[in-house]
Amino acid sequence: MATMTYREAIREAHREALSSDPRVFLMGEDVGRYGGVFAVSLGMAEEFGEERIRDTPLSEVGFVGAGVGAASAGMRPIVEVMTVNFSLLAMDQIVNGAATLRHMSGGQLSVPLVIRMATGAGKQVAAQHSHSFENWYAHVPGLRVAAPATVHDARFMLKAALADPDPVILFEHVLLYNMSGEVEELAGPVDLRRAAIRRAGDDVSLITYGGSLPKVLEAAEHLASGGIDAEVVDLRALRPLDLETILSSVRKTHRAVVVDEGWHTGSLAGEISARIAEDALYDLDAPVERICSAEAPVPYPHHLEQAALPKVDEIAAAAKRRVGSDG
Amino acid sequence: MSGGPSVRAGPEGAAERAAGTSGDSAQGAGRRGRPPAHPYFAGTDEEKARGLFQLVGEDGAAHPLVDAMPRALARDLYRGMVRIRVIDARMMALQRQGRIGFYGEALGQEAAVVGSAAATQPEDWLVPALREAGAGLYRGMPLDAYVAQIFGNDRDVSRGRQMPCHPCDRDTNYVVMSSCVASQIPHAVGIAHAMTVEGRGGRMCIGYMGDGGTSTSDFHAALNFAGVLQAPVVLACQNNQWAISTPGEAQTAAETIALKGLGYGLESLRVDGNDVMAVYVATRYAAQKARAGGGPTFLEFLTYRVSAHSSSDDPSRYRDETITEAWRTRRDPIQRARALLEGRGWLSPSEDDALWAELEEEIRAAVGVHERAGQPALDSLFEDVYEQPTWLLREQRELLNAKGA
Ligand SMILES: Cc1ncc(C[n+]2csc(CCOP(=O)(O)OP(=O)(O)O)c2C)c(N)n1
Ligand SMILES: [Mg+2]
Repeated sequence: MATMTYREAIREAHREALSSDPRVFLMGEDVGRYGGVFAVSLGMAEEFGEERIRDTPLSEVGFVGAGVGAASAGMRPIVEVMTVNFSLLAMDQIVNGAATLRHMSGGQLSVPLVIRMATGAGKQVAAQHSHSFENWYAHVPGLRVAAPATVHDARFMLKAALADPDPVILFEHVLLYNMSGEVEELAGPVDLRRAAIRRAGDDVSLITYGGSLPKVLEAAEHLASGGIDAEVVDLRALRPLDLETILSSVRKTHRAVVVDEGWHTGSLAGEISARIAEDALYDLDAPVERICSAEAPVPYPHHLEQAALPKVDEIAAAAKRRVGSDG
Repeated sequence: MSGGPSVRAGPEGAAERAAGTSGDSAQGAGRRGRPPAHPYFAGTDEEKARGLFQLVGEDGAAHPLVDAMPRALARDLYRGMVRIRVIDARMMALQRQGRIGFYGEALGQEAAVVGSAAATQPEDWLVPALREAGAGLYRGMPLDAYVAQIFGNDRDVSRGRQMPCHPCDRDTNYVVMSSCVASQIPHAVGIAHAMTVEGRGGRMCIGYMGDGGTSTSDFHAALNFAGVLQAPVVLACQNNQWAISTPGEAQTAAETIALKGLGYGLESLRVDGNDVMAVYVATRYAAQKARAGGGPTFLEFLTYRVSAHSSSDDPSRYRDETITEAWRTRRDPIQRARALLEGRGWLSPSEDDALWAELEEEIRAAVGVHERAGQPALDSLFEDVYEQPTWLLREQRELLNAKGA
């Protein structure tokens, strides 16, 4: 076991990949000498050279598009987009490009590209830096989408993403970078198809992913002190979802609260709720409840930003409501 | 803002445009019926985009053109620059003390900001990037509005919704800055195009971007549209030679940024961005041309980001600060303007001291008021998402109030 931060874990994952596979390189804005806006690639340009840790001109379309090209030509590029908000500029390259080349070429071309991006709110950077658009990408066939929510996953998800023959998007919540955690040193790659049970319990399933996991675990602790035994499901995979794990948890607890920092409308939480309704309705003892962000652009002031986001007490209250409303 | 040097603006008559006369160069001349360039910007299109238009040297020595500059205008420009410097210094200090959350200053770039703003008229629109709030202030955006926005308090017209440095002032036609780099440039072209469509001429829009912004698709689309639409727009790039940690040479292989404008058929001028007189004259030329129906101009203001990228950055990590030091000392735009003014007896040292003191007092007072102002109400969260709240927002507001969060 080693203890490190989420940021260090992602950096270690890159170092491992760059050392073991000459096809791997990293591109993005300010990833080189600066070390990335979230300091993930700090020191890597010195270690691997500026060719492999490549600062690009300011164009998401440019470096994501070039990543699609390089991947289809046999490389294993990783591109870092500063935040999902700016990834919208590259959406055409990702959705119309990366996600469809295999399909349109009859399997002759593939795009083993890894796209990493920060996501989420909580740093008081307001409407154009704080949103969670994971669901937009999770909507798209041809993409695999995942979100490491623990330090261990941050350390071993990249390896799985690079091994995948198709484009993979990894979402890193901005509030997780400084989080410390334990890493099992010789673990294999994270299975990108499987959700993880972060806390076993019998009374209610709290289903979440990414930056909301710490909040949900905290809510589960509060609930435990009040005698409610919550099970916490960390989705990890946002597309395709690990339905088996989600449904078996709900079948066990008979209640579900889905926590997702995206907006309610059209959210991943909505998709999960629909799946539960379709496949496990008769196992439920209470309606599914969603805890999502307020349906407004994320505001700047601390008190408004916090009011807009899922909160620990809100999650706990929802779980209590569900447990209290049997039948 | 009135008056100006006795620079003859280029002929702006419709007849000449229709005849396609052009004085600026043989190549490309008249293709769009472009009016002749200002006689000052001599040379071919390419020479104008590669050269550097300067009126006042680093030592304050001035081109004769500056002699005709009214004293009042020169003092106004100087005051505008000092005002930005004083405000920025105060805001950076507040940020370091944790009293505001973020700030992006214009240190070393004040001439580009103020010289260009001074060439606009109140009817014109201004579409800023990160570092042009000072242009808004120069055009009359109230300092109170600016400071309220930075504190995000309940006196801010946008109720604190945006990060600092994102003011919006409809009264002075100052559009809120977009954090998504360069997304504002197509807007500037569209705003200018609307002026044409509306048929109420004599106005123009100035849109700003940084050197990093010139790598984006939005930039290229905007320049292309500006040329095709012949919109009354001035697109001004503050080339401060850095985009966070990325230096100019890693941003583009083009020899100058102004050459990019030329590629889209825009008259493009490369200007010493630390020479407030040159910035003013070049922008005034471009603005008058636009207002008179002469179409778009691209301006590159060559300057240097003496400051960090923003309050969250430490540039010593990635650049040689001895170069910064040279820009800070030898090429400082305020020192240069002061040398000019003092050399001409347009400003005495005691007047200068009084000016700084006055402006420091002005910002101190504004901070005093706005730091104490109240915070935006919780349910302002749901305001201005639509003109009228939808049922969904009403539902959310009720939930929020019920929780009393
Ligand atoms: C589309 C987009 N990508 C990335 C960023 C992050 N970012 C903010 S400012 C900046 C650099 C801007 O450089 P430049 O255009 O030269 O303006 P300057 O800051 O030098 O004034 C970057 C990369 C962003 N805001 N928007
Ligand atoms: Mg720049």
